[in-house]
Order: sequence, then C-alpha cells, then structure tokens
Amino acid sequence: MDTPLVSIQAVHKRFGDLEVLRGVSLDVARGEVICIIGPSGSGKSTLLRCVNALVRPESGRITVAGIDVTAAKLDPIALRRRVGMVFQQYNLFPHRTALQNVMMAPVSVLKQDKREVEARARALMAKVRLQGKEGAYPGELSGGQQQRVAIARSLCMQPDVMLFDEVTAALDPETVKEVLVTIRDLAEEGMTCLLVTHEMGFARDLADHVYFTDRGVIVEHAPPAEFFGNPKDARTREFLGQVL
Amino acid sequence: MAEFFRELRTTTGLNFTIFYDPFDARRFGYAFLMTCKLSVLSVVLSLIIGVAGAFAQGARFAPLRWVVAGYIAFFRNTPPLVQMYFFFFALGAITPTVPDDIGMEVPMVSSFTWALVALSLFAGAFNVEIFRSGIEAVPRSTVEAAESLGYSRLGAYRAVVLPLAFRVCLPSLNNNLVNLVKTTTLAYAIGVPEMLYVANQIWSDSLNVTEMMNVLLLLYIGLVTLLVWIMHRWERALRMPGYGT
Repeated sequence: MDTPLVSIQAVHKRFGDLEVLRGVSLDVARGEVICIIGPSGSGKSTLLRCVNALVRPESGRITVAGIDVTAAKLDPIALRRRVGMVFQQYNLFPHRTALQNVMMAPVSVLKQDKREVEARARALMAKVRLQGKEGAYPGELSGGQQQRVAIARSLCMQPDVMLFDEVTAALDPETVKEVLVTIRDLAEEGMTCLLVTHEMGFARDLADHVYFTDRGVIVEHAPPAEFFGNPKDARTREFLGQVL
Repeated sequence: MAEFFRELRTTTGLNFTIFYDPFDARRFGYAFLMTCKLSVLSVVLSLIIGVAGAFAQGARFAPLRWVVAGYIAFFRNTPPLVQMYFFFFALGAITPTVPDDIGMEVPMVSSFTWALVALSLFAGAFNVEIFRSGIEAVPRSTVEAAESLGYSRLGAYRAVVLPLAFRVCLPSLNNNLVNLVKTTTLAYAIGVPEMLYVANQIWSDSLNVTEMMNVLLLLYIGLVTLLVWIMHRWERALRMPGYGT
C-alpha cells in the first residue's frame, strides 16, 4: 500500500472525565471509501472531527495528504481546503442562496476568481441534481436537497478527502436515498471518503473497509463482505444483530 | 406661510414664532439639523461599538473580555446624564484649549463632540449586549460548518455569524436606537444647541411654551417614526425566505 492519504495513529481524546477515543488507529488510501459504524457515544463522530481539526486530540498523530493535523502550529486553512466535511444537520448558511452557499468559501477563503468558482458551483449543483434550485434559500429546500447543497458546498473547495458525519440521520427514509446516490457517485469517481453511518446496506455495498467502534476503540475492522458475513468479535455480532 | 402663522397669532393667540420670525426659524432649523446630526452619528458610532465589543467579548484573550465587561458595567449602570456631565465637566476640564478666531480660549473638544462620545458609549454598551444575544443565537454547528470550510474566526464572524446575529437582534436593536434618538435631548445639559435647547431659548423669549412643546413632540415623533421605518425596511431586506417557518 502507498502512503495512506489519511493516517490516524493511536489517537486519544477526552472530554472532562469521559475518554471518548482510547487509542484509535486507521489508515485510508487515496480513493478508498471507509465506513465507521458503532453504537452512539462510541466516539465515531469525534474521530471524524479530529481529522479536520474541529476537535484536537490529546495524543496520537493524524496526517492528511502530508499535513500534520496534530501539529501545534497547524494552518487550518491549508488543512480544510483538502478536507471537506458534511454534517448531520446540513448546517447551510440560511441567509445565502444555495449557489451562494456553494461559492462563498472558495471566493472568500481561497480567493479564487469569482467567475471560475461560479461555473464550478453551477456544475456541482447539476451534479447533485439540483439544477434550477441555485437561487433558492436553504429554508425553501427539503432536508435531502439541503444536504446535497452541503455536499456541493464541500466539493467546491476541491478537497482530497470528504468526511460524512451521519449525513442521512436527520432525513426521512425517502430522501435518504437521494443523498446516498450522490455519495455513491462521488465514491465511484474515486473520491476518498470517510463515512460515519448507520446505513448498513450502504456500508456493505460501497465501503472498501468497515470499522466497528465501541467505547472509544476500534473493536473490529474488515472488508464489508467479511465484516457483515463473518463478524468475529462478540460486541460486533451483538451490534449487528440489533441493527440488521 | 409666514402670513398664515402671523394671522393665527392675532386670531387665536397661538404664537409659532419659528414659522414667521426669520431669526427663530433660522436657529430652530439649525437645532433640528443638530439633533439629526447627533442622532445619526451616535447611532452609527454605537453600532460600531456594539459590533466590535461583541466580537471582543468572544476573544480568547481574557483581559480584552474584562475590558468589555467593565465598559458595559460602567455605562449601563450609570445614568446617561451623569455620563454626559462626567465627560463634559470632568474630562472637558483637563483637555487642552485652543484660541478661536477672535482670540478667546475655547476647549479643543466641543460640547457637541462630548455629547456624541457620551451618547455613543452609552448606547454602545447596550448594543454590545444586544449583539451578543444575536451571536449566541447562531448555532455552534453553523459556525463549525464555516470553520470546516476554512473560515478563520474573524472570517466566520463577518460572513456568517454577524449577518445571522443581526437578523435575530434587529427588534431589540431597534428599541435601543429609538431610545438613543430620544436621549440626544440630554445634550441640552451641556449646552449643545439641539432642538430642546433652542426650543427653551425660544419659549423664554416669546413665552410660547405650549406651542414649542407641541412642535418638539411632533418632530421627535417624526424622527423616531422615520428611524423605525428605516429599521423595518432593513428587517424586510434581510428576510431569509423559508427560515423559521
């Protein structure tokens, strides 16, 4: 395996008395899609948020595309143009139209040419199947549409890695599909993706590797066929028994 | 028009000197402009203080937060008239003087400037708290989304937090600015020739207290109505379609 695009080594993180991550390590190669599953409170979201430095771990080392995320003097802008993140609650900027949401950061953070960004943003809106909604405000869009705008907004930064933090958890079952299709398109184009998800079917179909976390550690990880077909750890079996 | 008000005086005894006497018309006109100038400038300055103060309140550097907290405590917990006196008499007494064109020593800082400073700081203290209420209403997750897109704290503040906070706190901001316009009358106490001050001069000369009182009240109603109208226009312009419905 080449040098991994994302490398997480022995990461520890505590919030007060609660040790959320207790020595987590995983590597993701370029173009790989990994899914992190596990019960709530097992630290999977925190792990994802460590990757783009929204959360700073106490110890351990994380590198993304050669950037040392755990360095004391991290340049967050350099990191975040490489790493896109999509949240459970979409978190669009409600005072800007869909197109403006997609364009804002490349124009004002990366200082890219406005016309170029706009062309790219329009193409991305089409890619997430939201042509014609460019002028709509987030409040006028459905949850699934908002989430796809959020994906386009991250993609417009032209990242190397995309982080998806339970992006379908707030959606109703019918709209879940439209968001998953968008992510599938991305994965098939070779985007490196880290997903925290409860969509087991999606993890089975799409992931190159599945990680199961519980109480701050990775209990078990394997390619999906093996992971779902023949889970080894008792805790994994118990969890899968509950969700499948 | 002057004819009409002269007539009105002889027929009814209602003496609106400002509408037929050129001298009174002139000084009251200037007074009206002075009130407008004081209102507009103090509104603008207090808004700047509010925005900057609310940003400093969230700073990581603790002494800066203490300074803001001290400023708010001082200006919110003391009467604005006392503040006005404090600036004019206490600070005014220790600021240097310069000779004017006829050689008289006049203070470098005019009573108008002191009034402007006092009013802006007074209303600014409230504006800081008003903006803070708006800023705290912006979900942490929205700020995180901005940070994930590479925005710095200042960048996220400008592009996301402030525009959203503004929309939340406009109604209370509106209240405070209305109060500020009315509080400009306190500049009377340090001899700024604004509307109340000049009205007082006029009714001392012409003994037309009732008439001038009515003129004053109507003009303040007009000024505040104009301000409220502008603020409502602004509120509508900032409307976020589909949000909160």
